[in-house]
Amino acid sequence: MVNLTIDGRQVSVPEGTSVLKAAQSIGIRIPTLCFHPDQSIKANCRICLCEVEGSQVLQAACASPVYENMVVNTRTPNVIESRKMILQLLLANHPQDCLNCIRNGNCELQELAAEYYVRDNPFEMKTRHMEKDFSTPALFRDPDKCILCRRCIEVCSVVQTVNAYGMQGRGASSIVVPSMGEKLLESTCIMCGQCIHACPVGAIAEREEIDKFMDAVSDPERIVVTQIAPAVRVAVAEEIGKRTGELPMDAFVSALRHCGFDYVLSTNYTADLTIMEEGSEILERISNNDRLPVITSCSPGWINFCETFYPDLLDHLSSCKSPQQMFGALVKTYWAKKMGIDPARIYSVSIMPCVAKKYEAARPEMNASGFRDVDLVLTTREVGRLFRLNRLDFSKIPASSLDSWMGNFTGAGVIFGVSGGVTEAALRTAYELATGELLEDVEFNAVRGMGNIREAEIDMKGTKINVAIGHSTKAARELMEQVRSGQSKYHFIEIMACPGGCIGGGGQPLTRSDQQRAERIQAVYLEDREAKLRKSHENPHIKTLYDEFLIAPLSEKSHELLHTHYTPRNNQYAVPGYSPQACQKKN
Amino acid sequence: MPGEMRIVLRNQGQVDPFKIEDYMARGGYQALKKARAMKRNDLISEVRESKLRGRGGAGFNCGQKWFFAASAENTEKYVVCNADEGEPGTYKDRIIIQHDPHSLIEGMLICAYAINGSKGYIYLRGEYSYLGQVLNHAIAQASDHGLLDGFDLTVRRGAGAYVCGEETALIESLEGKRGEPRYKPPFPPVQGLWGKPTIVNNVETLANIPVIVEKGAQWFSAIGAPNYPGTKLFTLTGDVNRKTFFEVPSNTTIRDLVFKYGEGIPGGKRLKAVQIGGNSGAFIPENLLDTQVDFDSMNKAGLTLGSGAVLVMDETRDILDVITRIEAFFEHESCGKCTPCREGTPRLVGLLEKIRKGDGSHFDLDLMQKLGRIMSRSSLCGLGMAAPVPLLTAIQHFPNAFEAKVSKKTSEEGSPW
Amino acid sequence: MIKAGYKEIIYRYKNMPGGIIEAYHDLNDEYGYLPKDAVIDAAELFNLSVAEAYGIATFYSMFSLEPRGKNAVRVCRSAPCQLGGSEELLDVLQNALGIKAGETTEDEIFTLEHTECVGQCQATPVFTVNGNPYPGLKTGEIPAVLAEYQA
Repeated sequence: MVNLTIDGRQVSVPEGTSVLKAAQSIGIRIPTLCFHPDQSIKANCRICLCEVEGSQVLQAACASPVYENMVVNTRTPNVIESRKMILQLLLANHPQDCLNCIRNGNCELQELAAEYYVRDNPFEMKTRHMEKDFSTPALFRDPDKCILCRRCIEVCSVVQTVNAYGMQGRGASSIVVPSMGEKLLESTCIMCGQCIHACPVGAIAEREEIDKFMDAVSDPERIVVTQIAPAVRVAVAEEIGKRTGELPMDAFVSALRHCGFDYVLSTNYTADLTIMEEGSEILERISNNDRLPVITSCSPGWINFCETFYPDLLDHLSSCKSPQQMFGALVKTYWAKKMGIDPARIYSVSIMPCVAKKYEAARPEMNASGFRDVDLVLTTREVGRLFRLNRLDFSKIPASSLDSWMGNFTGAGVIFGVSGGVTEAALRTAYELATGELLEDVEFNAVRGMGNIREAEIDMKGTKINVAIGHSTKAARELMEQVRSGQSKYHFIEIMACPGGCIGGGGQPLTRSDQQRAERIQAVYLEDREAKLRKSHENPHIKTLYDEFLIAPLSEKSHELLHTHYTPRNNQYAVPGYSPQACQKKN
Repeated sequence: MPGEMRIVLRNQGQVDPFKIEDYMARGGYQALKKARAMKRNDLISEVRESKLRGRGGAGFNCGQKWFFAASAENTEKYVVCNADEGEPGTYKDRIIIQHDPHSLIEGMLICAYAINGSKGYIYLRGEYSYLGQVLNHAIAQASDHGLLDGFDLTVRRGAGAYVCGEETALIESLEGKRGEPRYKPPFPPVQGLWGKPTIVNNVETLANIPVIVEKGAQWFSAIGAPNYPGTKLFTLTGDVNRKTFFEVPSNTTIRDLVFKYGEGIPGGKRLKAVQIGGNSGAFIPENLLDTQVDFDSMNKAGLTLGSGAVLVMDETRDILDVITRIEAFFEHESCGKCTPCREGTPRLVGLLEKIRKGDGSHFDLDLMQKLGRIMSRSSLCGLGMAAPVPLLTAIQHFPNAFEAKVSKKTSEEGSPW
Repeated sequence: MIKAGYKEIIYRYKNMPGGIIEAYHDLNDEYGYLPKDAVIDAAELFNLSVAEAYGIATFYSMFSLEPRGKNAVRVCRSAPCQLGGSEELLDVLQNALGIKAGETTEDEIFTLEHTECVGQCQATPVFTVNGNPYPGLKTGEIPAVLAEYQA
């Protein structure tokens, strides 16, 4: 242990601890900007500077290891003056746009400016005057707001291995750019939105589409129907000042009605449906040894990643659409018919933890219903804004249930929201389908956890199935390299683009740490445990769907509405993996 | 030149840089032989006791640095020669490389033995690419003579980034990355190139090593000033009769540099200012000229020795003009990683331009000084810390140069708010 | 003369860890700048992302991703050269070449750029052509130097 003094107080910490963490441990919260608990130390913002006795210059607390008898002062007038001027330097090069900014009230720079009572700026205000990037339907970039903390580069390169972002230039003209200075759409960006979580300010955000929702709601001809994704309910509580998981579904549904939705349904229903379709597909492909491993296809960030970096392996993907798109195809066909509603009047919204879903919904082939299957995707954050717009008082809101025919779901559908959930849900059904036996213990702990790649061997009465679960596209890359080199030992692989699975999606409330992800995961498993039904094939409304409409999994109707195809991207920046040699499958 | 003491330049003009035989005929590589017969610890002690301090500008005890790297066991270690000489007004390292490359190579080989290093790199600034030929030729000749003893030595080019003279930025560049400095600790002798113990030494520092090994620490430490013994290479530029280089003991005064070795100012003009140490050096008036150039004497006067470049300005020069160009250099060369330097250097230039144009006030003058002080204590690396020094010392010693251009508005009235 | 292909040049350094900057130098020597596809090829060989390879290329002053003239004429503007008359030197070169700093001649033979100190301060002001230093020349001597590179 190392003993040192911080602001006159003694503290004892293990060797190798930074001054920042040592201070935190005794309640001294040194301000930071480029620091991120899940990333490497950068020490570039210089906000966390402190005085260290014996040093003529100030030291960055995040990068200073403690030593015996170190004397640190974190709040001397010298330090405060330095931090304030550094803030003013950043602010003088930052659009004075707080009132209009999507991060107003939720911005690390704004927070610091308030804490350091920045009332004026001695420096002349100027900004970079770079073009805003609206090229993707999912994300939006405003390079003028970038404070060059580089947290986005790290998450995109190290956590996701997508490497869409890099630095351009040097000195005062250095700036973060996609690939070679292109717009995001031309870069290798997969629109997972992890960079949104990493960004401390409003330089990166989702494409906000609340206006489209408002237009639909105010149009008397439109019937506004929404689906809610599995990972949304637990996290939306965080948008309204509650702890994750603390907003019950019936309060959530009620709130959505108050915002103007005519019908509120659930993606968890089509998650159950996905298990029926994909479960059958998986069993068929395993018994025919057809293009194994079969890989899940419900994460559009992952689909984008596969189309960009592993276009030669697209035939491994399940042909199943994501639950969002299955829902969209059915709501304007099956559901419209059941409800006696003219499908042309339906405005199909989905509430997602995801920004890539905005891209997925807009894919040209997603019109199996004869209309755009999903008209609008709203992120959890946008719904949070709707709640605040409508000034909902959650202490007084009456309960309300989900609507019929596509609102009913099992615990298996809920767990789609976490990494390992699709696999577990699939196993609950596949086990019974393949063995004909009742599954007593539905919880497959082998596939749960935070490890980026987890594997399990499932014994289905003699038949051994090897499964792997990966979350983050770094895990995806590792697994796909194995597939490409012919060394993958798995029958089935579940891949989620976002760390933690959908609960950590790019559209969720700003996600600052793995700790936050872990809490959401616990809340989802709790919801599953409390569900009356926990196996997808037991969902009575799914039975109805097949009986009345689809006939059977993988039927012609199913293929028409619920299955899809993928498109290789030929992105010149997707190196390695772009060259023809690398793309040749080895057997 | 009379008064010079040529230790580093011992072979200057006496050897053909393309002929190792010339170097050896003058005793070259005898020190290496002697070093390799010594115990490593003894060799390092010798260098440490000589009190040789880094000649690139940082002034750290060379032997002490070697000691840290030598301590690590069971790991690959590297010896890097910092030939990224980018300090404006400086070309001493070019002289050494161009005319006596073996003095540098022998120094590196002695270091390699001392720390048990297996690979070495000469990081040659891109603007000196044409010196690659003489260096590679010398390395090949040393190899042919069996002198490398398994040490793998290559020349690697910089590509136009002054900041790569900073040792961790240099290491990043060797790793094929943007030349952005790392935060320290860890220090390169513990964790440097590819995370391994690495010694980064300046060309001039390394050129001293063979002589120290040959003649001993005691001999060396008795030369010049006790706290910074030995000699120093200087290069004179600006308004001086002899724009040239020379090597003098470290207890020489600045006045001697300008008036004895530089032979004073052309046209009999008066001296206005001297910037000593390179682009990041202090601006000093005539009354500080009797300062000795050793590290501690300079430090006491608020000056740094830096690279040994001396820029002389006569009475006709506009301090403000020169300072503006100096600060613009830093703006151009800032790597952009840390806030104070990236944002501060253009602000300093902007404020200086404003004052030059006649639009500045005392508010701007005060702001420049405050910003400069904060940059000096907040930046990630030496570039940002040193960049404001010329400006701050110029304001301190030549207040009239700034006052004359600044309006009569008070600090408050000048504020944009 | 047929130029060496990108891969051929880059592959010279395939066994050099961190050798991308050397590869960029050789590409620059061959083409006068770094073509976009060459940067992508370099990324692949050195197992870097394109974004990283681009970030490295745009950091160093000696590299450009924009095509440049066959010969790079660089005028030093650091303080010692400024005192030595770099502004007048720049004027002379701008007039001789008919372009401003940052531009390339119509026939694409010369690009004129600023540079910081190149370490030839014994005779100021200094300019370089393709890295070859020309310190302290008189105005009248400059046309002959440029003519050397005209071919």
